Amino acid sequence: MLLIKNGRVLDPASKTDAVLDVLLDGDRIAQVAPGINAPGAEVLDASGLIVAPGFTDLHCHLREPGEDFKETIETGTRAAARGGFTTVCCMPNTKPVNDNASVTRGILERAAAGASVRVWPIGAASLGSKGEALAEIAAMKSAGIVAVSDDGRPIASAKLLRQVMDYCNSLGLPVIDHCEDTSLVGGGVMREGPTSMRMGLRGIPACAESIAVSRGVQIAELTGGHFHVAHLSCRESLEHVRAARADGLRVTCEVTPHHFTLTDELITTYDTRFKMNPPLASRSDRDALIAGLADGSVDCIATDHAPHDAASKDVEFDKAPFGIIGFETALALALGKLVHTNRISLMRMIELFTTGPARILGIKRAVAAGAAADLTLFSTTHQWTFRAADSASKSRNTPFDGAAFTGGPMATIVAGKIVWKR
Amino acid sequence: MSCRFHHLLGIEPLTREDISFILEQSRPFQEIQSHPLKKLATLRGKTVALAFFESSTRTRISFGTAASRLGADSMNLQAESSSLRKGESLIDTVKTLDAMKPDCIVMRHSSSGAPHFVQQHLQIPVINAGDGTHEHPTQALLDAITILDRKGRLDHLNVTIIGDILHSRVARSNIQLLGKFGAHFTLCGPAMWLPSELETLAPLGSSIRRVSNIEDAVRDADVVMVLRVQQERLHEPALPLDDYILLYQLTPERLRLAPSHAIVMHPGPMIRGLEIDPVVADCPQSCVLEQVTNGLAVRMALLFLLIGGPHDESKEALHAAD
Amino acid sequence: MRVVEKNQLMAAAEIDRTLSRLAHEIVERNGGTAGLSLIGIRRRGVPLSQRLARAIQAMDGSVVPVGTLDITLYRDDLSLVAAQPIVHSTDIPFSVDDQVLVLIDDVLYTGRTIRAAMNGLFDLGRPKRIELCVLIDRGHRELPIEATFVGRHVQTSDTEIIEVRLDEIDHEDRVMLVERVP
Repeated sequence: MLLIKNGRVLDPASKTDAVLDVLLDGDRIAQVAPGINAPGAEVLDASGLIVAPGFTDLHCHLREPGEDFKETIETGTRAAARGGFTTVCCMPNTKPVNDNASVTRGILERAAAGASVRVWPIGAASLGSKGEALAEIAAMKSAGIVAVSDDGRPIASAKLLRQVMDYCNSLGLPVIDHCEDTSLVGGGVMREGPTSMRMGLRGIPACAESIAVSRGVQIAELTGGHFHVAHLSCRESLEHVRAARADGLRVTCEVTPHHFTLTDELITTYDTRFKMNPPLASRSDRDALIAGLADGSVDCIATDHAPHDAASKDVEFDKAPFGIIGFETALALALGKLVHTNRISLMRMIELFTTGPARILGIKRAVAAGAAADLTLFSTTHQWTFRAADSASKSRNTPFDGAAFTGGPMATIVAGKIVWKR
Repeated sequence: MSCRFHHLLGIEPLTREDISFILEQSRPFQEIQSHPLKKLATLRGKTVALAFFESSTRTRISFGTAASRLGADSMNLQAESSSLRKGESLIDTVKTLDAMKPDCIVMRHSSSGAPHFVQQHLQIPVINAGDGTHEHPTQALLDAITILDRKGRLDHLNVTIIGDILHSRVARSNIQLLGKFGAHFTLCGPAMWLPSELETLAPLGSSIRRVSNIEDAVRDADVVMVLRVQQERLHEPALPLDDYILLYQLTPERLRLAPSHAIVMHPGPMIRGLEIDPVVADCPQSCVLEQVTNGLAVRMALLFLLIGGPHDESKEALHAAD
Repeated sequence: MRVVEKNQLMAAAEIDRTLSRLAHEIVERNGGTAGLSLIGIRRRGVPLSQRLARAIQAMDGSVVPVGTLDITLYRDDLSLVAAQPIVHSTDIPFSVDDQVLVLIDDVLYTGRTIRAAMNGLFDLGRPKRIELCVLIDRGHRELPIEATFVGRHVQTSDTEIIEVRLDEIDHEDRVMLVERVP
């Protein structure tokens, strides 16, 4: 038994905001009440800390199987635990692609053997994510996938997307699309705009994303399926999502910490740590994303944790792979950019990390008796500096190396066990 | 004024004073081009690495000749024989070159920012001889000295640039350089090579307007720069060559619409009958050959400035600050 | 490090007298001014060469061509100098072929400047003869070079510096012996 004393419990599910004790018994929460007395229980003093339901990251890349020089399930989930995540959903673009039940089972076995947090795989929509034939989605669902996506690339055609949406609707799975019109991307490496012009780097127009979002919205209308927009990055895309929701469609979206924090103007030195896909957007897009996070149009914050080894990033800007690591800085960035600036409440932020992603996956997240004993304890005041060299990830590709933060994760509890504590 | 930089990565980070200083320092080297004996021993014992990852003939020969006229040796790495084709990373190739102890590296690369990236890994000066669609600083400097010779000034010129502006590093460097001297640019070319963001490139005190009609574009020009049509770029987006010639070739009739004092420049290699009419290429207003000669002077000056003096740690790296 | 003045070697009037004597010697030795040109070495050789040309003109009315030579690119100590060297223009607006060139400088010391200057002249053509005229010869030669015309010989130690100040550059005319003090 583990007794968490004197924490400020913030639970979006029940709207609880009070200093309470939380008693964990095995992998379940036994009791949430003031002044719990539990002789024999291990005690964790949470005075001054926030106690929230375990954070879920709907979008990450753990690189296993196939690219264990970039990340493994073990190192990736250790980084996730340090970021306050109790569950991470890993994208299927591994080598081989997670497009069949045996790869799914392999991932889950590796996770059972060495993961710090829960790993919920996302299956490929098409075989090899090649956009031709449907993957074994039902078999993968029985093996344990929670959603499908061809992430890394968009679901190739509107016709295939329609099939996947119809099929997943019947299976009760959300379809996550990396929304991008690849013909408009045309070898682009950053957002098209004044900065790409100045740097002489090939630009990707914002509409490369919003056109694909619009396609997904219309297919959602046609099929009635659940369409989820991965790493939404610009205003026009958000407007398509808002309109779809107003029409009662099942369309959801996520935003990454780097997109609500950084802009394309920062790409002034050809530093490949600023290269990600979707690319960093304009200031007005960034502000639109923050507004969407505040008004409820955005459902959740997802990291798109995308580790890359140093050698593959230490190249010419246009030859570097897209992506940055994100687990360990996500919460601190959300506090710094959204909460401390009074753009959203602390409760809303927690929702974006907990009940938000849970709703998309059709599950519950709560700090309540009987719920899973997955909790994230964090501080809103702790002063610390993120050092990429100290990251638990195998990779160091982050523009936030050396960033000073106020507030961040303090302890992560999965199934009643403290998997990480600052 | 002394040389406050250690690299030449682009024109953008230079001040007007830096540019004027480089141009002044190019003057003595301009004279040397007319000497019966053009070879100096100034940089005897120094080695210039010419790393042309993207094939180039004229710029490579110009830098090689500049080095040789200063008495320096050069080592040559060419795209065709490059180990890059065998899959070696840029940084490994450059470190291998560096291990042969050159005193500076002149590089051309098809990736924008490649010299900025390389510079972070090396102690020796890096001279950008063209990076992707970003900058070609020595071209802008040689153009500037050519303009100074012909027009006697750099300030507040009306400069018309015709062609594929979007993909042109020559245009970008010239906009940076002449823009710092208050130029008013008229950019002219097919609409898909003339996006509105180009207007944001104008340095403070200069202006950029986009014009699709060449007759309007040349009307008030002091300087008309004709860009090379890179045929490989015609594929994206596909633009029929005949349309380009019809709409944008600089013909004698079109040049006549410009003031008679206007000069015509071309960075080369020039394709007569495509972007420029042969009559214009050879007319008295054309200064394409002066550009080539001045290229030697400017490159000699830069080599002298960067490796001719004492080794000085305090020199500031001229790349955008982190 | 600083320098202190030890004594004055020449005042303005003395410089004038010396230059007019040197002008006479140049014309006399060359049997007139035909085929004769003066080349001032930057910086202080330049005003000296112009003054000598004026003195020659005052003497016999003949106009001797004057050129300016910058030796920066011919120096052998570029990697040893303290600051980034600046190149200036060499301005010799006449052919040096078959000319008698008189190189003019303020102080002759190691001889290395003159070596550099001669290299520079040879790049411009093939002079018939090169002569050297200096205001001060302070000794300590490191190369087998001697001046044809010398304003004054001065014994110096190697911590001493001859400082020639000319009106055109320094707004006064005088020559001083100064000493480096650590």
